Amino acid sequence: MEITSANQLLELSAERSQSLAQIVAEYEAFRANTTVEAVREQMARTLHVMRASVEKGREDQGELSHLITGYGRLFETADQKGRLLGQSLLKNAIIYALSVGQYNASLGRIVACPTAGSCGVVPGALLAAAEELGSSDQELVEALLVMGGVGIVSAAQGPISGAEGGCQAECGVASAMAAGAVVYLANGSNEEVFTAAALALQSHLGLVCDPLASLVEVPCVTRNATSAVSALAAANMALAGIPAFIPYDEVVVAMKAIGKALPESLRETSLGGLAATPTGKRIAREMREKYRL
Amino acid sequence: MARIGLFDIVGPIMVGPSSSHTAGAVRLGLAARKILGSEVQKAKIELHGSFSATYWGHRTDVALIAGLLGMPMDDERIPQALDLAQEAGLEYSFASADLGDVHPNSVRIQAEGPSGTVTVCGSSIGGGRINIFEINGFEVSVDGTYSVLLTRHRDTPGVISEVTKVLAIHGINIAFLDVSRKTRGSDALLVAETDDPIPELAVEHVQRIPQVIVVRTLPCF
Repeated sequence: MEITSANQLLELSAERSQSLAQIVAEYEAFRANTTVEAVREQMARTLHVMRASVEKGREDQGELSHLITGYGRLFETADQKGRLLGQSLLKNAIIYALSVGQYNASLGRIVACPTAGSCGVVPGALLAAAEELGSSDQELVEALLVMGGVGIVSAAQGPISGAEGGCQAECGVASAMAAGAVVYLANGSNEEVFTAAALALQSHLGLVCDPLASLVEVPCVTRNATSAVSALAAANMALAGIPAFIPYDEVVVAMKAIGKALPESLRETSLGGLAATPTGKRIAREMREKYRL
Repeated sequence: MARIGLFDIVGPIMVGPSSSHTAGAVRLGLAARKILGSEVQKAKIELHGSFSATYWGHRTDVALIAGLLGMPMDDERIPQALDLAQEAGLEYSFASADLGDVHPNSVRIQAEGPSGTVTVCGSSIGGGRINIFEINGFEVSVDGTYSVLLTRHRDTPGVISEVTKVLAIHGINIAFLDVSRKTRGSDALLVAETDDPIPELAVEHVQRIPQVIVVRTLPCF
């Protein structure tokens, strides 16, 4: 059994009258020579680590990160003071994404999803949506399986690293994965799952990877939050019946082509974009001088 | 193309901030410890390329030491690795080095412990995946996804068939087999990657082959 594209995954689901989640679970069980129960158990453990990373990240003051300090905490404190706009879904998605990104920068234990640099996107969008919907852990595990399916078809057809494809391949793919999972959690159809994924990735096309001083901090952590919010917007648009026009598989192929067209300076080398601004260069110089080997 | 693992996409579970510069580095340190086959008392670590340029930002140094102390990449004690090394009496040094035409995220680790000394070169190739490309000057290619049997032996006829026979008797299937040597008649290195874990008894049997000098096993890591 193979999963090579969104189209093929949708066809398999229709042919076998099985859920997307079940097909992904069977795929992994076959691949890893294990059972679907074991796959679901491992996904439940992954969910547990994801939640723990949100909780720990909320408390993290950034003692171990270099540039960012307690972003989750800052956001939450401002919320408690009534300084922020919006309802709990939006605010929680941002708090969770920032917290996990902050925790990652502080050497915390996270679930790379699909990468460490984009590890806050999925917990942000998915856990905030799950709270809003009152989803059970069992439902969340199914949504995470669907999300893995979106990730697998992405990796099968395009890059999922900043070095190869820029940030669109990390936060963009993470946002697509999260959008699909949120639709699934909200009882959307299989087609709506991939419409949401396509809409989310479409809005990240061209996004470059230009971190300051080669750190996974600026602008990575705040981008995780905006990508989480994009995922929720994409999910809602898909649920509303707004079409993506370009199907997910084709969006991934476009993302890959755009990644190839990006110069190396905009693919995780910290030589272009924000990293090459006067302020970016100054920060990098200060860091290098502090830590010369 | 190999099938993409679900938990390589929704995962791995790791200590941040970078899968290649932190998680991969922990695994490289752990691999060196496992190849040494005992705790590490002394380590000389040389960082190449991007590892050397950005080690401080991604705490590649802390990660490598954590691995040398035996921690897996999701161990929450990783941030304290340098303090724990001091407690454990692990002496270490870091330097920058040019390891030649290798992956930008590469390291050479010389590790010393009760079982002897090994020099391991490896690269972190993305997403926490690694490739060990040199052990004690011998070219190898080990990625930690299989159990591995390593032997250093005298380069004489029949040794390889003796080793593979032992594995066959223990019902262990060999997925990949690689033999290398520096010159004819010198010591040679055999690397067998297997589908099944290698039991202690099989190691003892291999040890009894007269031409075999050293045997090590590596579980998947």
